[in-house]
Amino acid sequence: MANTVKKSSSRQFKLKYHINYMLVALVAVVLGIMSKTGVITSRSSLEVLQQIAIAILLTVSLSVVVGFLGELSLGHAGFMCVGAFLGGKFANDLYPLLDVFKKREFSEFLEKIDYKPLADLLEKIGYERLNDTSELLILIACMIVGGIFAALAGLIVGLPALRLRGDYLAIVTLAFGEIVHNMFMTAPEDIFGGPSGFKTPKYDIYSLFIIALVAVVICIILVQNIMRSKHGRAITSIRDSEIAARATGINVTKYKLIVFMVAAFFAGVAGVLYSFTQTKVQTEHFTYIYSIEILVMVVLGGMGNINGAIISAVLITFLDNWLRGVLGEKAIFHKLIYAVVLIIIVVYNNAPALKSFREKYSLSALMGNIFKKKNDPAKPGDDEAKWHRVPTKIEIDEVLSTKIQRDPTTSIKPDKGGKK
Amino acid sequence: MSKTVLKIENLGITFGGLKAVQHLDLEVKEKQLYGLVGPNGAGKTTVFNMLTGVYKPTEGKFYLEDKNLTGKSQQYINHKGIARTFQNIRLFNNMTVISNVLVGLHYQPEFKCGFFTSMFRLPRHFKVEDAMREKAKEILRVVGLEEERNNLSCNLPYGKQRKLEIARALATNPKLLLLDEPAAGMNPQETADLMDIVRRIRDEYNMTILLIEHDMKFVSGLCDEVTVLNFGTVLAQGDTKTALNDPEVIKAYIGG
Amino acid sequence: MNILDIIINSLSTGGTYAMIALGYTMVYGIAKMLNFAHGDIIMVGAYTMLVCINRIPYTTKLGNMVADMLVKQCGLEEKVAANITVIAFGIISLIIAVIVCMLLGMIVEKLAYKPLRGASPLAVLITAIGVSYLLQSAAQIIFGPNQQNVPVGDFGKSKLFGVEISNYLIITLVVSVVVMVGLTLFIKLTRTGRAMVAVSEDKGAAQLMGINVNAIITLTFAIGSALAALAAYFTLIKNVGITNNMGAMPGIKAFTAAVIGGIGSVPGAMVGGILLGVIETVATKIPVIAPYKDAISFLVLVIILLVKPSGLLGKKRREKV
Repeated sequence: MANTVKKSSSRQFKLKYHINYMLVALVAVVLGIMSKTGVITSRSSLEVLQQIAIAILLTVSLSVVVGFLGELSLGHAGFMCVGAFLGGKFANDLYPLLDVFKKREFSEFLEKIDYKPLADLLEKIGYERLNDTSELLILIACMIVGGIFAALAGLIVGLPALRLRGDYLAIVTLAFGEIVHNMFMTAPEDIFGGPSGFKTPKYDIYSLFIIALVAVVICIILVQNIMRSKHGRAITSIRDSEIAARATGINVTKYKLIVFMVAAFFAGVAGVLYSFTQTKVQTEHFTYIYSIEILVMVVLGGMGNINGAIISAVLITFLDNWLRGVLGEKAIFHKLIYAVVLIIIVVYNNAPALKSFREKYSLSALMGNIFKKKNDPAKPGDDEAKWHRVPTKIEIDEVLSTKIQRDPTTSIKPDKGGKK
Repeated sequence: MSKTVLKIENLGITFGGLKAVQHLDLEVKEKQLYGLVGPNGAGKTTVFNMLTGVYKPTEGKFYLEDKNLTGKSQQYINHKGIARTFQNIRLFNNMTVISNVLVGLHYQPEFKCGFFTSMFRLPRHFKVEDAMREKAKEILRVVGLEEERNNLSCNLPYGKQRKLEIARALATNPKLLLLDEPAAGMNPQETADLMDIVRRIRDEYNMTILLIEHDMKFVSGLCDEVTVLNFGTVLAQGDTKTALNDPEVIKAYIGG
Repeated sequence: MNILDIIINSLSTGGTYAMIALGYTMVYGIAKMLNFAHGDIIMVGAYTMLVCINRIPYTTKLGNMVADMLVKQCGLEEKVAANITVIAFGIISLIIAVIVCMLLGMIVEKLAYKPLRGASPLAVLITAIGVSYLLQSAAQIIFGPNQQNVPVGDFGKSKLFGVEISNYLIITLVVSVVVMVGLTLFIKLTRTGRAMVAVSEDKGAAQLMGINVNAIITLTFAIGSALAALAAYFTLIKNVGITNNMGAMPGIKAFTAAVIGGIGSVPGAMVGGILLGVIETVATKIPVIAPYKDAISFLVLVIILLVKPSGLLGKKRREKV
């Protein structure tokens, strides 16, 4: 048979699975070179880049929970908060070590070293470069530490997720986020700064965005690897039908916890990056409103669609900044516009009444008419690519769900017209 | 004498005073096709739910090959070897046909592959993925869905969705397969086809099958033995023909 | 600290929460959606009262005239007369706010939620979040970001068993009890109320029984919004300044209360609201844990949900397999 000839279909390199992080990497390289050679000097555009990277980390990680596991989480900013504060604390503890690399201390240090070749080597490298490298190492260490702490927080939030679903879980995650930022605000001022803000080391703005983009690339690769593996399938199966997943032997408990931990980890990394962009981290930044903003990005990008999440994170962050710049005094109008656009898009995309209209005039349907694809069953399966927009399990009413759930799933079949 | 696969002893469950099932004794032998029939609301699906761990029985015990599985979790019971299908189809709708089967293969020991192995794409991941796909195709071939493996499962016609549920259950490599109304909503041609498939699964996989069905032709054509339930109690038990012709059973069905 | 004081305080806070929680829970029970914008209806109610009392020309003049008349005709002291006028105006503006909020609730339901009936619940939730954003930013554009105060009158204090207690607490308590009893009776005894129960049980079946489901849903939104306006009044008599996001935190707290009580259950919302009020008031009175009072109420939520996943009075739905 034709399919037995293909020995290893899973090893095949499919560009469409890799293009997203490659583009991000390309952007990182190009902009990195530009900033190092002094082409980009405007701090504000670099700040926007940092924000975009952080937003991508947050949306991609949240989309794992919402889009793939199908549970609604309204506490994502809470994980970020854990990362920002504990990662920042770790950085504060480590930064004094860098004193060694101050010019005077460094020469004393060199004198102190008994072992001649090492001293020579250090001298050759120079204190500046050593300082930079150590700063980078500290940042990476902090990202990992902050991520791990956030993952632990994710584990704690994941535990209720085992018993609760839908709205109930959503409100518990929201409660978690509120508890977290409240705790950090009321924590002793000498540790976390209290209401006046938490002082954290600030990283060189001309390099931080590169590191942030690298973190984004790693995040995308890892998340995609998980999702395009048997574990990803187990996670999506829980989303589609938890009852059937259990009956099929899937360890629902384990996977829910894993998903919450993975998502929290990357949110924590984003938090650490955020703390390094800020001289003072304010707890107010991490209220549920921020969680909702992240959720909105995920939803606008299309549930369970990593590329969509990335694109919407980039666009919304960029537009947000741009509008703020353009509107100046009237900056509040941008929130109004944002709200109106959000409502219109969601209603347009989901209203059952507009179903036939959408199918007829959707972008993918039009594209499908232009690029007619043949549905070849002998082709190696790219089933993982078919993540559709899926309702989460908020519904409690079984009757309603069985009657109505069909609509959203069957209505959003954009490429169907093209394939037939 | 073949060995007993499933043994149910005095199984019963009450929902807040309502005795949904009581005093159920049942024994299914290896490679047997066993039918569980009864009018609507007789408690057949409840029995399945207890056997798969969805509900915890309030009395009695059941054993799978002498292993007591009473009150264990769904996942544990599945791993020990009981798989089921659902009366109202519960496929993973937004996943492809083959993915549905692949989920079933998840815990097979030969496809073991750690979380981090997949996360970092170690060689084992690719090996396992390919092997799983081959196995899934093989299972799909048995139920005749190989051609449709890359379609979304919600796009399949009803009859095929039922078959896919069987394939998914089969993929977990069970010792006992529970089919909950596998022929519901099928036309006569499809039903005949399904009977063939069920028989083939029994023969090829040495499977023991316990099934619920309303279609009496289906039951009498397939099952060696049946248990008839009514209002949660056993009405008749034994050889298919005798049990179904029992006057009590006919009365329960026709409502005399 | 006096026990009676704590009791009255917590009950009145709880009453306010219960008012808001009722809106959440009724909408959830009937439309099966999380109306995230409900908290912002409170804000709209508060701003409506602000407009009625402070912004409409001649109200001040009219107020002065009425106060003058009271002084001359009834021989009241000037201060008392002014206070009575302010209270009266406050109540009139409350009525206007109730109407405005009801209309707003119905409009929002028609424009944003109705087209999505039958769509995925998450889509509806996101739309509700969008509406919440919209209301908040619109309010900020119209009224500015600064906190503003609305005088609704001083209700004074009275002595109860030798303890001085602000009257507004008692008023809040009494009004909320009356509203809760009234609502329960309405649901239990009237045709419309029973229709609401039917819709919340099974929309499809209710429709087949000849109930106008759309009208019932709209009515639910109207009632919920009216209660939100009442809650806004309760906030104002505490002399709390109003901002464009004043509804967010009480909204979330009340939602927490609704979930604690079991969302979809009307008595559950009352119990949850009062429980939350008690927890918060008690937490505020203990200095060690006072800064963590929000965290504590959320912690209680988490614990209750873990012990009883459907809330205190929520119905347990056995999922059919």
